[in-house]
Amino acid sequence: MTAPLDVSGTSSEAPPETVLEGASGKAIAGRSLGQIAWMRLKRDKVAMAGATVVVLLIVMALLAPLIVSWLGHPPDEFHEDLVDPNTGVPVGAWGGMSSDFLFGLEPSNGRDLFSRVVYGARISLLIAFLATILSVLIGTILGVVAGYFRGWVDTLISRAMDVFLAFPLLVFAIALVGAIPESAFGLTGDSLRIALLIFIIGFFNWPYIGRIIRGQTLSLREREFVDAARSLGARGPYIIFRELLPNLIAPVLIYSTLLIPSNILFEAALSFLGVGVRPPTPTWGGMLADAVRYYTIPHFTIFPGMAIFITVLAFNLFGDGLRDAFDPRSR
Amino acid sequence: MTTPKDTAPVSDAPGSAAAPGEGAARQGEPLLSVRDLQKHFPVTKGLLQRQVGAVKAVDGVTFDVYPGETLGLVGESGCGKTTTGRLITRLLEPTGGSVAFEGRDITHMSQGHLRPLRRDMQMIFQDPYSSLNPRHTVGTIVGAPFRIQGIETEHGVKKAVQEILALVGLNPEHYNRYPHEFSGGQRQRIGIARTLALKPKLIIADEPVSALDVSIQAQVVNLLEDLQNELNLTYVVIAHDLSVVRHISDRVAVMYLGKVVEIADRKSLYGAPMHPYTNALLSAVPIPDPKGRAGRDRIRLTGDVPSPLNPPPACRFHTRCWKAQEVCKQQEPPLVELATGHKVACHFPENAPAQKADAAV
Ligand SMILES: Nc1ncnc2c1ncn2[C@@H]1O[C@H](COP(=O)(O)OP(=O)(O)OP(=O)(O)O)[C@@H](O)[C@H]1O
Ligand code: SF4
Ligand SMILES: [Mg+2]
Repeated sequence: MTAPLDVSGTSSEAPPETVLEGASGKAIAGRSLGQIAWMRLKRDKVAMAGATVVVLLIVMALLAPLIVSWLGHPPDEFHEDLVDPNTGVPVGAWGGMSSDFLFGLEPSNGRDLFSRVVYGARISLLIAFLATILSVLIGTILGVVAGYFRGWVDTLISRAMDVFLAFPLLVFAIALVGAIPESAFGLTGDSLRIALLIFIIGFFNWPYIGRIIRGQTLSLREREFVDAARSLGARGPYIIFRELLPNLIAPVLIYSTLLIPSNILFEAALSFLGVGVRPPTPTWGGMLADAVRYYTIPHFTIFPGMAIFITVLAFNLFGDGLRDAFDPRSR
Repeated sequence: MTTPKDTAPVSDAPGSAAAPGEGAARQGEPLLSVRDLQKHFPVTKGLLQRQVGAVKAVDGVTFDVYPGETLGLVGESGCGKTTTGRLITRLLEPTGGSVAFEGRDITHMSQGHLRPLRRDMQMIFQDPYSSLNPRHTVGTIVGAPFRIQGIETEHGVKKAVQEILALVGLNPEHYNRYPHEFSGGQRQRIGIARTLALKPKLIIADEPVSALDVSIQAQVVNLLEDLQNELNLTYVVIAHDLSVVRHISDRVAVMYLGKVVEIADRKSLYGAPMHPYTNALLSAVPIPDPKGRAGRDRIRLTGDVPSPLNPPPACRFHTRCWKAQEVCKQQEPPLVELATGHKVACHFPENAPAQKADAAV
């Protein structure tokens, strides 16, 4: 689907030797590998569809109050009058779906499901993004350091990765989040829980990207341009920041995009288990947990479930497209 | 001493002002002195990284390079040529022996002390596809030496880089292009441009043309020669066959399995090769002069190069040498001068002045 253009520069095919070609005076601007990848990505319809959905989701999360004020009701507003007081089931067909309540109502307390799904995106994306940034920062730094310096530094970092990967994260998260007080570190309530979730998800996920970056660094440092820099007298930091990191932008971008959906799922799982952000703040996982009791009313499960599904799928499609754009041979 | 500007240009040194040719260059103090250089890569095994052996990639290499001359360093793949180059430029730490540059011992000099010296000694790398950072523009690549060494340029780095690009035959307008937009030959020119930025005295060119198309090899070799004349450069040119360096070298050293087995002026090495290995290499080379070929039997080397992990004892060439005797397996032949400026390490050298050859046995 894409031109067999070589990204890593190991191809031996090259245009014929033409010294001093293009001396006609027309301005010559080079195209970087990033620009080439972008052009390739633009031609990948599936990835662009994923990217569009991702952008829409982000806009939706940012503008949640505005969207809800147009199309719905405040997410915490109870509409008990629209719910059957005996069964808790919303009045009307399809769980009370109407032009007023686009996704219908929540059973028993009658909150606007549409508003809650829209607001749920905020928590989901916020935690997933910040946790991903944390993982990527730690993973990239430690991965490059391990791969570049090797020796005991590498041994230490690699063993640490093994320990982190063997860690029973879910159990730990449940225990830790369950045990936290109402306020700590100058934070209270939701913000404390969100900070803690970001920390747990982000801090324990760094070894995945760390391993990838370490492996890439190990192979990059054997390339002769690193020797060339060293033979010019460049020191470690110069080589890491100027020579190695620019070559690691692609894997960092790709694996960040692929880590986000996995963090979304993890956050949803924690919320589902009741150790995420607490009610009444709407979260997709928490809504799913509530829906379990009302399995006879499928709309209550479908909307938050679809929200998670679409979000995860969109990020994955975009991430895969990004990988193909940077390295067409990976297909 | 630290900047190229405040030292006397190489051209003023006695002897090097003459056109490079036999004998003309080999006067005065050597620019580079390599003595019994060794590099053993440890081979480790198991969880505890226990050392179980060593790859003797370079195992006793000795030669001098004089200002203004070109020394060819020739040997089959894997004989340790690149490793020798990396030891000289201190990209690798020598296991033994010594390297002296302009009379200064740099064998174990710290990287910090080495930094200013690096301006005078540069390396052209073997693979033009891996020696240029794919994420940097040509301008960044060729300008890196100025940035790394913190050198101020009169009219800015860009101007300086464009001048160098023109010098190596590249379009200065290509300043903002990326390496993948160039052909192999052009990439090698970019690599050459980078080494020239700091006006070095010595350039070690590691197989500068072996990755290139045959049709453009000559162009790059000619460029190296022109640059040498223009900038008074001293070269160590590494190659894996004798034909590539024939044209450009003043002297040639032949390596086999980590050792120099023969070193001589170009004329005597190609005209009267003494070491059986050199003879074998030469007979594989197409000879431009058909008369020379008539006098020489075609020698075909049998067998593979033995592993440097476990090199044959005594003369390392004895497993493939057609002249090998018992003594070759017992006693290592020393590198001795059998004719003026012609050293060889062999018990039974060819083309040797009779009495000296006997003395060597
Ligand atoms: N870092 C290293 N660790 C272990 N062994 C090495 C290392 N670098 C080189 N060697 C070994 O040392 C020997 C000499 O390698 P070197 O690259 O110097 O050969 P070369 O003469 O340049 O060959 P070529 O013509 O293929 O470039 C080879 O057997 C190689 O496998
Ligand atoms: S010493 Fe013996 S084995 Fe070695 S090259 Fe000379 S003749 Fe051959
Ligand atoms: Mg080599």
